[in-house]
Parts: sequence; structure tokens; C-alpha cells
Amino acid sequence: MKVKELLFDPILKNNPIALQILGVCSALAVTVRLDQVLIMCLALTFVCALSSFFVSVIRNHIPSSIRIIVQMTIIASMVILVNEFLKAYAYDVSKSMAVYVGLIITNCIVMGRTEGFAMKNSPFASLLDGIGNGIGYSFVLIVVGIFRELLGSGKLLGYTILPLVRDGGWYPSNGLMILPPSAFFIIGLIIWVIRTYYPDQMEESN
Amino acid sequence: MKTLLVAFILCLFCSAIVSTTAVTLRPKQEYNKDIDMKKNVLKASGEAFSESDDIKTVFNNMITSVYIDMDSGSVVSELSKDDKKIEVAIPDELDRGGLSTRKKYTQIYLKKDSSGSIQNIILPISSKGLWSTMLGFVALESDAKTVKGFSYYSHGETPGLGGEVDNPKWKAQWIGKKVFDENGNPKIDVTKNNTGSVHEVDALSGATITGDGVESSMLYWLSDHGYGKFLDKVKEGVL
Repeated sequence: MKVKELLFDPILKNNPIALQILGVCSALAVTVRLDQVLIMCLALTFVCALSSFFVSVIRNHIPSSIRIIVQMTIIASMVILVNEFLKAYAYDVSKSMAVYVGLIITNCIVMGRTEGFAMKNSPFASLLDGIGNGIGYSFVLIVVGIFRELLGSGKLLGYTILPLVRDGGWYPSNGLMILPPSAFFIIGLIIWVIRTYYPDQMEESN
Repeated sequence: MKTLLVAFILCLFCSAIVSTTAVTLRPKQEYNKDIDMKKNVLKASGEAFSESDDIKTVFNNMITSVYIDMDSGSVVSELSKDDKKIEVAIPDELDRGGLSTRKKYTQIYLKKDSSGSIQNIILPISSKGLWSTMLGFVALESDAKTVKGFSYYSHGETPGLGGEVDNPKWKAQWIGKKVFDENGNPKIDVTKNNTGSVHEVDALSGATITGDGVESSMLYWLSDHGYGKFLDKVKEGVL
């Protein structure tokens, strides 16, 4: 497979959230503010890329009876690394994200890529595949984050774009956007748009 | 056999990486925590500082911390490490904040002016909100009755609704409020029908339970089971 396909196919053609419907939980949980989204995207891309890489490096030595727990151990170690680094170098963001960084361990995208791709492919291809899926995940999260922060709090990255009525502006904030379920609607709309352009992603109706 | 070997080597390798990182970064993390706490004490006392300031110096110049014995309300000077850990159960009928225990000796902060007289008393407060235990500070004027400032630094309330407890505009409302009635009982009301009295603060819309939590944290911590005895001494001018 080509480098370009590995890196960019997961954005639209094979998006982990929009097509594989994986990792939706964190897309609901951390998208209320764009700065949290960006940190989450970086963290997940890092974990996904490095776990895929390491799993692929030792793939020929992993006994198949314990392969899932081996992958899990590697993923968990990567997540702890990220969490410790955030606490040391981005304390404020890590405080506001609370448990969600730790919960990357349970993000199905990471496990899906190590089990589905890295177990059968070379380390370099797996690394690129991990980064690619991280980018695909980030694409959806950033779009959701932009809508939720802008419509819910009238801000982007903390800078006021739409002055809220309660602060003396003109924009009445949309309370739904502040609550996690609003991400469902936005992800639904994203899937609709993507599948309009790539009709082969549509499931066959019964 | 190979299975065990692979598992063993992997565990060894991963634990080495994780523990090395944790140990190396620990001092930096502790430092961040400490700075964050100091920033919040300063914020509660209404002290302006910029992110570029050396928080430690600013803090040490103005703030001193003392331990007080919550039961008698007096300042204690010598405490062992174990003393600092003693927890006391809060009787159910007094436990408005849903905390169930509190420390026997609590660390509080005093802001002094250049002549050494106390300007503000900064007290840590906490209570259950909707989702989380909210931790914060309330700063009182030297009369021990008037709020000088108010700050939450750790909570897990709904962002945009209950999470607005750390909105500076909302916190600014607290400044100048009186927290005791004329009989010396704690009195503060987070309410949607604010009549403009010195005991009332506007509630946050969509955050009734968080607001109730804030109210009960004030009422509990200012009661005699909380800092009440200590504050009585301050009012008598003992400190």
C-alpha cells in the first residue's frame, strides 16, 4: 500500500468514526471545547501510531492465545505515558479533561487498528496506518468541536466569536450544544455528507 | 513456554517505561499542582497577577498559611504528619455538603499587609455538586463576615451549566456579600429570586443542584462544625 493511501484514506474513504463507527464515546465526551479536542486528537494519534508500530514490531512473536492482552498492555503503557506528559506540561488542559485521556485505553479505534492492521503488516505501514486513523478521528472531532463550542458557548479556542446575550451580546447560546448528545446530531450530519459523496459507503437496505 | 516468556518480557519492558516516566515527571507534576493551588488562593483573595509572574514569589510575599484546630478554633503551631491526616466524621444532620468527613486540623491562608495585620482570611471549602465534589476557596475580609473573593479550582460539573461556577462574572457577584446574619449564624442564599439583599447570590440557570452545592458548602464550612469557632475568635480580635 502507498504512503498516501495509508495516511489519507481514513479521513473520508474509510473514516474510523463515520464509516467504522468506532470511538464515538470520546467524540461525545471531549468535544465541548476545541482546545480539549486538539489535545485529545494529538493524544489519540500518538497512542494509535505508536501502539500499532510496537505491536507490528513484535507481531511474529506474539502467541495468538494472548495477543489481545499483549496489545492492551502496549496500548495502556502508551496512554499512561501521554497522561503523565500532559500532567507535567499541559496541566490546565489535563485537569479539565480529567479521566478522558486515560479512557483512550478503551477507545475501539486503537484496538481495532492494532488487531485489524498491525498484526498483519510491517512496522512502517502500521505506524502510518496509526497516524492516518488518528487524522481521520481528529477530522471528525475537530468539526464537531468547532460546531459545539461556537454554537454552545459562542467561542472558538476560548476567543469570543458570537457575544452571548448573558454577557451583553446578541447571541442566545444553544444549550443542547453544550450537552454531549448534540455530538450525535453533528456526527450524523457528517456521515450524511460523506456518504452523499461516497455512495458505496451506504449500507444496503433490507 | 513461549507464551509465558513473551508475556514476561513485555510486562518487564512496559513497566520499565511507565515507571521511568512517572518518576521522572513527578517533581514537575507536583510543582504544577502546587502552583495551581497557590494561584487559586491568590484569585480568591482578589489579588491580581499575570501568568508571567513568578507565582511562588507573589504568593510568599503576601500569604502565610497556618493550621487551625477546627474543634476549638485556635491556631496550632506544631503538627506532626499524622496529625494532619486525622479525619473527623461530620454528623449527618450537619453534613449539608455531603462530605461525611473533614480534617481535624485544616490549613488556611492569611493575607497580611506590610505592617503584618491581617487583611483577608482564605478558607478552603468543598461540597458535593451534581456530579462531583467541588473544591474551592472563599476569602473573607478581616471582619470575618464579608466575602472578599470566591474561587473553585476543581470540580466536574457539566461544562456550560454547573461548570459556570468558575465563570469570573459569576464569582464576582460574591464580592461584598455578608455570610452571617445579625445573630452570627451562617446565612447565604443562592437563589433565582434575588431581591438584592447582602445574603443573596443569583443562581446559575440550568444548574440548580450545583448552586445548592455551593450554598451548602458555604453554610457548612461557616457553621460551628466548620470554621465558625475560628471565625468567632477572629471577630473577637484574638488572631
